[in-house]
Amino acid sequence: MASHSESIIREPLITGKDITYAQITNDVLRPVENMPGRAWWIGFSVASLGACLWVFAVSWTFWFGIGEWGLNKTVGWAWDITGFVWWVGIGHAGTLISAILLLFRQNWRNSINRSAEAMTIFAVICAATYVVSHMGRPWLAYWPLPLPNQFGSLWVNFNSPLVWDVFAISTYFSVSLVFWYTGLLPDLATIRDRATGVRRRIYSVLSFGWTGSVKTWQRFETVCLILAGISTPLVLSVHTIVSMDFATSLEPGWHTTIFPPYFVAGAIFSGFAMVQTLLLVTRKVLGLENYITMFHIEAMNKIILLTGSIVGVAYLTEFFIAYYSGSEYEQYTFLNRFIGPYWWAGCMMYGINVLMTQLMWSKTIRTNIQISWVLSIVVNIGMWFERFVIIVTSLHRDYLPSSWAMFYPTWVDVSIFIGSIGLFFTMFLLFIRVFPSIAMAEVKLILKSSSEQAKKKLIAHGDLDRTHVEYYKETLTSFDSVEMADYEKI
Amino acid sequence: MSNTKYILGLFDDPDVMMHGIDKLQKNSIPIYDVYTPMPIHGIDRKLGLKDSRLGYAAFMFGCLGGTTIFSMAYYMLVHDWPINIGGKPSFAIPDFVPITFEWTVLFTAFGMVTTFFFATHLFPGRTPRVMDFRATDDRFVIAIDAKKGNIPHEDITNILKEAGAVEVKHNDRKYVSYE
Repeated sequence: MASHSESIIREPLITGKDITYAQITNDVLRPVENMPGRAWWIGFSVASLGACLWVFAVSWTFWFGIGEWGLNKTVGWAWDITGFVWWVGIGHAGTLISAILLLFRQNWRNSINRSAEAMTIFAVICAATYVVSHMGRPWLAYWPLPLPNQFGSLWVNFNSPLVWDVFAISTYFSVSLVFWYTGLLPDLATIRDRATGVRRRIYSVLSFGWTGSVKTWQRFETVCLILAGISTPLVLSVHTIVSMDFATSLEPGWHTTIFPPYFVAGAIFSGFAMVQTLLLVTRKVLGLENYITMFHIEAMNKIILLTGSIVGVAYLTEFFIAYYSGSEYEQYTFLNRFIGPYWWAGCMMYGINVLMTQLMWSKTIRTNIQISWVLSIVVNIGMWFERFVIIVTSLHRDYLPSSWAMFYPTWVDVSIFIGSIGLFFTMFLLFIRVFPSIAMAEVKLILKSSSEQAKKKLIAHGDLDRTHVEYYKETLTSFDSVEMADYEKI
Repeated sequence: MSNTKYILGLFDDPDVMMHGIDKLQKNSIPIYDVYTPMPIHGIDRKLGLKDSRLGYAAFMFGCLGGTTIFSMAYYMLVHDWPINIGGKPSFAIPDFVPITFEWTVLFTAFGMVTTFFFATHLFPGRTPRVMDFRATDDRFVIAIDAKKGNIPHEDITNILKEAGAVEVKHNDRKYVSYE
């Protein structure tokens, strides 16, 4: 049944008075059905300038080759792989929210999964562009695929983590895309049935003729559950395999068995931070405060705190194991992160990822929108430095002191990175204009059980434990979308 | 005889609609289909629909994917062109685990979703067969085939109204989405 009363001590997932099913549709589709406001245009202009910079810098790389980057004989991997791992990591939150939280029946995922998944897809696109652009000869990008060829056939080496990575990233991207689009079908049908003229025709094609009949919904739910089930190990496998690109080498600082869980935790950490960065702005600009509530913000901050702490433990373990290994080279690498020429990058990494996230233990900080937003950006800066430290600081001084070198990025390195952020935001801003940014069907599902108005009715009905009601009112005080005055009389 | 082809009962609440289904079934009125803006658990059982078998399809596709890539890796690296990597065995099964896993997932996802689209007739450009435009927005619609059975249409209308339908429509056409 659609409605069963939820315990009063749980925070509401939808706030606001007189929210009806029609109201949800209207609120979510407002940005899709109307012309964008000034905030969107400003954001879009800045983002698309960034995207243009990206096109220019990547074209420059293709034209002149990767010699235009700051790489040298010692540091042969730098900003490219840093950017790649950073973006893949960010791309982990969406599937985590849509798959793992679905399996755990976390209803709060319903209002954030759509935009988080979209973000995942765009982040993986940004990561994939690094893969192609670092190849030097991008027209040979099909070489890592196991295709019959004129050299033997000389097949790809399935023992190599780089080949695993090709399989992992491409599978992750395409499965996430399928999951996301299947979930979009009912909402696209909603837009179609409200639109007229050309718009109706476009959304008619996009919605695949969805009707919402009983059998369709029944199959849809089966599909979503199984997709969630297989996406859960998939999302964990992807960053595991990314970490193996490093962990299977013999480089001190990379050759560590702790890398897979450490990378996965870091990925979820940075992914949630990016979701937080985007949604805190989106909910304000699109007026979705009733659907993305303080509970959602706090829940995401708690996940950031948890995964950030796991990352912190992984850092400590790495240091201990470097000491315990007795290997001079291993020990030097970790000391070098603090006393070497890249000490400032090490401080950024450890300072931000370990210390700054610990602020989230305070509820005041977790429920403060401005501080949460700043912290979410700080986390992503910290996570970028983590990859930079692991990659460049490990490479620049290893076994042969005669080969020690520094890495200096060129304007091309910097432009590709800044440009990829522009590309990401361009795609995200286009997304919120053409597709519903909240999964309407899924939010409607929890309206009767988990909304503020339903809980208010429960309180008005009486026979609830008074202490529970007081506790509930207490939790509501942190919500910015709830009018506490309404609760004084009940 | 009237031209009414389908009688639609529009509800604004899923629970009221569920009771409506019970009421119609008690009066032996055959329900053609129910259209809802969100998945409502339990209608399928009330209407006597069988459980979805997509899980079996997913499992088969998964097996196919895993077998495909494992056989490919075996053929390429063991049979066709073994590479001597420090004298280690070519048939390095642990190394084949990641790709086998990835293709199992890939085939499961694509195979199952394709089967879902095929079975449900969903594809880009399919003309939407919509019986009421608000069924994807805020109305829970029970559709009754008016040509079936010999219960007077007024009785059906009354039962729907009694059950709490906010609106009852007598449609001359099956689909309103056709121009």
